Amino acid sequence: MMILEYLLSALALGMTFLYGSTGEIITEKAGHLNLGIPGVMCIGAAGGCASLHLMVMAGINIPVVWVVVGLLCAFLSAALAGLLYSFLAVTLQSNQNVTGLVLTTFGVGLMKYIMFGLTDGDGGVPYLKTLSAFRFPFSESTTSLQKCSITALLAVVIALVTSFVLFKTKVGLNLRAVGENPATADAAGINVVGYKYAATCIGSGIAGIGGLSYIMNCSGSREGYLSIEAFGWLAIALVIFALWKPHLSVFGSFLFGLLYIAGSFIPSIIPIAGFKTMWATPLFEMLPYVVTIIVLVISSIKEKKENQPPASLGLSYFREER
Amino acid sequence: MNKENKASAAKEKIKKEPLFHIAKRAPLPFWKSAMIRVIAVLLALVVCAVVCYILGEGKVNPLELFSKLFEGNFETERKIWRTLKDIAVLLCISLAVTPAFKMRFWNIGAEGQVLVSCLASVACVYYLGSSLPNGVLLLCMFGAALVTGILWAVLPAIFKAKWNTNETLFTLMMNYIATSLVSFFLIIWTPDGSSSLKEFQIGQLPVVYNQYLLLVIIVALLTVGMYIYLKYSKQGYEIAVVGESQKTACYIGISVKKVIVRTMIVSGALCGLAGFLIVSALDHSVTTNTVGGRGFTAIMVSWLGKFNPFIMVLTSFLIVFLEHGAQEVSSDFPAINSAFPSIITGIILFFIIGCEFFVNYKLVMRQKEESAK
Amino acid sequence: MDKSVALDLKKITKRFGNVVANNEVDLTVYKGEILAILGENGCGKTTLMNMIAGIYYPDAGHIYVNGEEVVIRSPKDAFRHGIGMIHQHFKLVDIFSASENIVLGIKDGKKYNLKDVNKRVLEISQRYGFNIDPTKKIYEMSVSEKQTVEIIKVLYRGADILILDEPTAVLTPQETEKLFNVLRKMRDDGKSIIIITHKLHEVLSLSDRVAVLRKGEHIGSVKTEETSENELTEMMVGKKIELNIERTDCLGLGERLIVKDLNCFNEEGVKILHDVCFSVRGGEILGIAGIAGSGQRELLEAIAGLQPTESGEITYIDPNENTSIDLRTKNAAEIRDLGIKLSFVPEDRLGMGLVGNMDATDNMMLRSYEKTHVFLDRKNPKKLATKIIDELEVVTPGVSTPVRRLSGGNVQKLLVGREISSAPKVFMAAYPVRGLDINSSYTIYNLLTKQKQGGTAVIFVGEDLDVLLELCDRIMVIASGKITGIVDGRTATKEQLGVLMTKSTSIFEDAEIELNRMKKNDEGGAGNE
Repeated sequence: MMILEYLLSALALGMTFLYGSTGEIITEKAGHLNLGIPGVMCIGAAGGCASLHLMVMAGINIPVVWVVVGLLCAFLSAALAGLLYSFLAVTLQSNQNVTGLVLTTFGVGLMKYIMFGLTDGDGGVPYLKTLSAFRFPFSESTTSLQKCSITALLAVVIALVTSFVLFKTKVGLNLRAVGENPATADAAGINVVGYKYAATCIGSGIAGIGGLSYIMNCSGSREGYLSIEAFGWLAIALVIFALWKPHLSVFGSFLFGLLYIAGSFIPSIIPIAGFKTMWATPLFEMLPYVVTIIVLVISSIKEKKENQPPASLGLSYFREER
Repeated sequence: MNKENKASAAKEKIKKEPLFHIAKRAPLPFWKSAMIRVIAVLLALVVCAVVCYILGEGKVNPLELFSKLFEGNFETERKIWRTLKDIAVLLCISLAVTPAFKMRFWNIGAEGQVLVSCLASVACVYYLGSSLPNGVLLLCMFGAALVTGILWAVLPAIFKAKWNTNETLFTLMMNYIATSLVSFFLIIWTPDGSSSLKEFQIGQLPVVYNQYLLLVIIVALLTVGMYIYLKYSKQGYEIAVVGESQKTACYIGISVKKVIVRTMIVSGALCGLAGFLIVSALDHSVTTNTVGGRGFTAIMVSWLGKFNPFIMVLTSFLIVFLEHGAQEVSSDFPAINSAFPSIITGIILFFIIGCEFFVNYKLVMRQKEESAK
Repeated sequence: MDKSVALDLKKITKRFGNVVANNEVDLTVYKGEILAILGENGCGKTTLMNMIAGIYYPDAGHIYVNGEEVVIRSPKDAFRHGIGMIHQHFKLVDIFSASENIVLGIKDGKKYNLKDVNKRVLEISQRYGFNIDPTKKIYEMSVSEKQTVEIIKVLYRGADILILDEPTAVLTPQETEKLFNVLRKMRDDGKSIIIITHKLHEVLSLSDRVAVLRKGEHIGSVKTEETSENELTEMMVGKKIELNIERTDCLGLGERLIVKDLNCFNEEGVKILHDVCFSVRGGEILGIAGIAGSGQRELLEAIAGLQPTESGEITYIDPNENTSIDLRTKNAAEIRDLGIKLSFVPEDRLGMGLVGNMDATDNMMLRSYEKTHVFLDRKNPKKLATKIIDELEVVTPGVSTPVRRLSGGNVQKLLVGREISSAPKVFMAAYPVRGLDINSSYTIYNLLTKQKQGGTAVIFVGEDLDVLLELCDRIMVIASGKITGIVDGRTATKEQLGVLMTKSTSIFEDAEIELNRMKKNDEGGAGNE
């Protein structure tokens, strides 16, 4: 039973990274290393929670509306942050790394600011009343099964759809061309700036859903939002681990989830003498990053072209300079 | 504007040229580019005041924001020293990342490099503290911090030089390995399970006048040293050439790989020094939050300071000044909470980043340009 | 000829700043013909074609397609009028397959189905006799396969007028012959082909008509069957112009540099130097003439230790001790550390020779900083910079102005001045007067002559034949990586050089080798399958 519980928790947690990494993959495929993803996820979480808060306070009591409007607001607020990033990094040609880092600072701050404020008069947290709606259809379940609900499944759907769009459609082909070689894409008549904007905004929006999904789905607690930033960085790691392929990051996210919470489950599953949960937790939490570095190094040594970062990742494109 | 024009023009059968286009401009004289930046900061402050007014639900007078900024930094002697201390730490880390950036090596792992050095210093105190005299202990701490800082920095550099592994992603990952290591050791070192280490009474740098002066002096010397290193030393010159053009570097016989690894050793060593200073002069302990994002902020300080150590003094001052000021605002007004400083910092930095565009590029009106021809 | 006109250019003019690239050019292209455009480097061929393909917009003049005046402002516009250009530098996404590259950016409203695209690509290939695997990734392709992809890309979009910019520069003779067959089939299919080239024998074997451009002007068009190699060469190079460059006598010193059987591959794995042999004496100027991209850059970089080579010898002979050192396996740093006084003015001034964002002093230091210890010495470089600025009359606000802000001529004076200042024994300069005004050019010529008088062995890669003929003591001609002749600068004629530059004598011999290689490859490939 413990094993099942472990697997399900890992799956649910993994879906948070999956949202983030799918969003980041879309952005990176357009040639933008968006280090603002942790901030964007935070903004998404804050936007979603704020809308839920307002709905609960206004007495709207329809679960479907909660979920739909909540996710939509998470998407839109994060997409707005993505728009800010694209304006700076695409139109104003600013340094992508610096812009992303500032966006993370800003986003984390903004989320904390908003989340502090989302309490009712008595210190209660109205948005948490909508939890069961987000955990549909497993909301009655008492195991971790309830965490594998529609929002978790949605992550897989989005990842698979993204993979399909990226690798099987014309839009995906154009987008990948923009990230690989913007000058060629430009010469082929593709609107490079438009694609960069759209990819960054949509990618950010998807990542933003991940932020809300974590609070409602996995943590379900008032302080849950504090770990979103860390998951944002894990999402960036997952992009590398999945070699920029969303369908691979479905498995990657599960693996990362397994590793991340291994410390608290392994001892109760496999009793090892002298093995202390407390010690093990941070070491297991470290594993996803170590694995990612190994993947990064191996893929750069093997030099397989398909597994490299998009060729113009991190470079801004200025037409007159070609 | 430009984009819209392009989009609509594309629909027409015969394209019209967009109304204006973006062109690189010749380097501006210093005062002009400085003006653009000052205007950006002023605009940002106005936006901050508006944000402050809205967040304060109308109860906060925006003008008060500005007086609070000063109060937060300079009201008492203690606050002034606190400001100086924070500038010193931030500047120290910024100086550490600067050589790498000047070489166009995107090292965003300062956070981890400093944290792991803090951890190494604390480990020295924990394991050797009782058996060594203070001076020797300090030396050990310093050595350990240097070695770990260098290790964390040079690993990505070696892989970059040898296999062109993406250094941005590599250094980023190294940060979280450092964080996890710190939480691991904290658990081992605190049998009571609290994970918080008591401040040490040993392994502290001597107090000169007060706790902070020595730190400030060291960083001031480091600033001058780094300026000299970059501007007047042979290695600094090689860094500049590699950063500007690897082709030129090959042409005059510089080994680019060697310079990359060597510079990251310097960078890592300085991160080690920063970690050592944080532990021995300030915190006397370590937590996962000891560096607290300053490794990332340092990147912005260095980049905004154009990799010039003396301008970086100004940029780090700007960031610390804002942070303290905003803290003051949030502690004085109940309507504004403690997350306020990062919002303010974010807004100001957005403006400064954005204004670089107007320093480097200009909008050229199409008609004007054609008639000029 | 009763063929109808496909494309008509009337009085096309294009200027870049003060330079007139094309001056009132008229050009007519008929349907179902192959038109060769012939001309020296910088005569405006590519600029003219770029205007038809929508890369540049003409300053004046009219373009008619099928009798109707059209405006071409972008490659998209060009495609709409059925014009497609295959550039020298391929615009392909490396990790995409051939089909993916071909279909990229096409908005035909059709559903995206790679299988259909593959099918159409194969159809086009069969129709014209290409040999290509539509699913193969670009990074796995040879240069000629990449070129095929570019051509199919244009055909896929329904182009009727194809422009090829020096398509054979990167091909082996075998591949060239294949390409020509394909082009002939296209012509027979009613398409108009415009091919830019410098190779006379190709012009004669392939084209129906030849248009010759010189210094941005259309000299004339002739039918290929009614012309001869000599007539075309004369049209191309024009009459000799007196420049009055001072040429002193050779000093007749011993050999400084001997290159023997040098072979070298470029980054794309194409063989760029074939068994190159020559030597330079002290006190002479050896000119290197040739079409751009024939291997001049690689040759000089190989000598300077910047370009890895395959085989051969590069021997430097020290005049004082009469010892010889092999430079081929040494890199730039090792050559410098051996104390060999070899100076090199590269083609790419601001990208390689100088650092644009640094000032004159720091740029002088590029050559001297290594001798200092921990700290830099800026005094001497500053003195040197001031001296060069004075002596060569460099126009600059001062020694501390970033060199990027200076004009081309002044940048070049700084670079040449620095390279000369070390009193080199061997001095190499690649296109040192490219983009320079007349006065600056003469300054550079005089500097080269002065070096020669001082006993230096000077290697000068130039593009203007008149200059080469008046400046150099001997002129070596390189074509497609092979030395096609070394002539005396005082007696050689312009026509003689023109013929050597466009000659590839050993073409049949090469073709045979190539054929054998391909046979072997085919057998190997069959084995794998």
